[in-house]
Amino acid sequence: MSVIGDYQTKNTLETFGFLPAFTQEEVYAQINYMLAQGLTPGIEHEAPENAMDHYWTMWKLPFFGETDLNNVVNELESCRREYPDHNIRLTGYDNYTQSQGVNFVVFKAQGSTRAW
Amino acid sequence: MAKYDAGVKEYRDLYWAPDYVPLDTDLLACFKVIGQEGVPREEVAAAVAAESSTGTWSTVWSELLTDLEFYKGRTYRIEDVPGDKDAFYAFIAYPLDLFEEGSVVNVLTSLVGNVFGFKALRSLRLEDIRFPIAYIKTCGGPPAGIQLERDRLNKYGRPLLGCTIKPKLGLSAKNYGRSVYECLRGGLDLTKDDENINSQPFMRWRDRWDFVADAIHKAERETGERKGHYLNVTASTPEEMYKRAEYAKELGMPIIMHDFLTGGFTANTGLANWCRENGMLLHIHRAMHAVIDRNPHHGIHFRVLAKCLRLSGGDQLHTGTVVGKLEGDRQSTLGFVDQLRESFVPEDRSRGIFFDQDWGSMPGVFAVASGGIHVWHMPALLNIFGDDSCLQFGGGTQGHPWGNAAGACANRVALEACVKARNEGRDLERESKDILAGAAKHSPELAVAMETWKEIVFEFDTVDKLDVQ
Repeated sequence: MSVIGDYQTKNTLETFGFLPAFTQEEVYAQINYMLAQGLTPGIEHEAPENAMDHYWTMWKLPFFGETDLNNVVNELESCRREYPDHNIRLTGYDNYTQSQGVNFVVFKAQGSTRAW
Repeated sequence: MAKYDAGVKEYRDLYWAPDYVPLDTDLLACFKVIGQEGVPREEVAAAVAAESSTGTWSTVWSELLTDLEFYKGRTYRIEDVPGDKDAFYAFIAYPLDLFEEGSVVNVLTSLVGNVFGFKALRSLRLEDIRFPIAYIKTCGGPPAGIQLERDRLNKYGRPLLGCTIKPKLGLSAKNYGRSVYECLRGGLDLTKDDENINSQPFMRWRDRWDFVADAIHKAERETGERKGHYLNVTASTPEEMYKRAEYAKELGMPIIMHDFLTGGFTANTGLANWCRENGMLLHIHRAMHAVIDRNPHHGIHFRVLAKCLRLSGGDQLHTGTVVGKLEGDRQSTLGFVDQLRESFVPEDRSRGIFFDQDWGSMPGVFAVASGGIHVWHMPALLNIFGDDSCLQFGGGTQGHPWGNAAGACANRVALEACVKARNEGRDLERESKDILAGAAKHSPELAVAMETWKEIVFEFDTVDKLDVQ
């Protein structure tokens, strides 16, 4: 009889939560995809206990018209320096569908493995 | 004014109008017709227009009390069907005022009513309807639509992931809730009542609602993700249906489910209105559709049923999988998936679309791919259906050797690996094996799933093919 594994429930926080923590290059690739799709990058952060809230706190404003990967990365890192104990997610606003074409947690709150 | 002249006229004298230019407000239909031997095409086609609009077999005096020129349907074009020497397409224009506003029930009662039993026909199939935007604006449509459903469920940048709880019939409410909980904690967004689960002796609906609600709340707490289960409110009477819907709302459930063909369009439209007023999402199953849509020479093509459902109301509709165990030609499926999700769909015969269709501001419907699919299909499914879809793996989740949670995890890992790869610019179908194998290195659950289903394919010829040479 084959060995049956034990599946442990994880706090996954939606899209990409089931993949191993992204490397820096993997995060860059997703930002490049977002920019190439014409989505507007935005950054949100929130304390882990409020993860289920619809609204996380917005870091500054969405970066309208931004096309430079480095600027988005710098903002992500500034946000992490300011809020190391928060989850931080990247959002890609689509003003045509009024939805988000990208939305995933880049940094989990300090102590988690989900960071580059 | 003509005098009353009793008797039987040729249909084509009144209803064949090759010079007619359809109005923007006309409802247009394309039928595939085979007439009885020896009857000219024009006469058969005109008869279809007559019998599905104002006509009857004999002239009646009271016709002269109205302006039939204003009200009658007209066959304005006849075309050969590619690759089929018996059949032809008849294009018919119906004036807008033939139909009650906001009622696909009324539209279908005319277009696919008595005419299908008409003796001068050997066979008849409704291939497509162009709903004028003026009519669309009178219909309620999806209670929420794709955009609002994403916002309520907090799912972005990827398809939704679901599964139907098995076995279809016979579980107790508590054991059923266990199955739901295991799927949701393992990474599915949504689980589903099978269509034939209503409220049977082995599990009454109220008990299922209670245990499923518990499963959802617990899975949400533990995963930090929003979860749902399509509670099937399809019932023997509308009153019973609304009672069940109300209790789902009371428990804070996000979504309920209805079978729009067995339940009927009247029930569906009413339920969609209730959902809109009560902040509830509506998942639509399509039991009985193949009875109506599978025979290429009879019935109603599913693209018509899908359009009617979008007008009647639903936030998710089953469309077939293309790759799984159930019938579905790829181009044809993509054609009606567009009709569910887009705001404008141009005529495209290579996808079986006979008319331009302007949906205006009507919200979109998620395409649901469900039936006989497993992790190996994931790259193709994402490629075919894109993000605005719900991929449902029943056996492909619960058949995992470690159980539902691990099966759910395997599917979620595979889905996210495919989305990531697509966003990185990789070719999903050509690199499918590499993408999945790479993801399985970090996920024993996925590795086991890939081993379990590696030999399973469903390759049978499609019965209902598009008419192309």
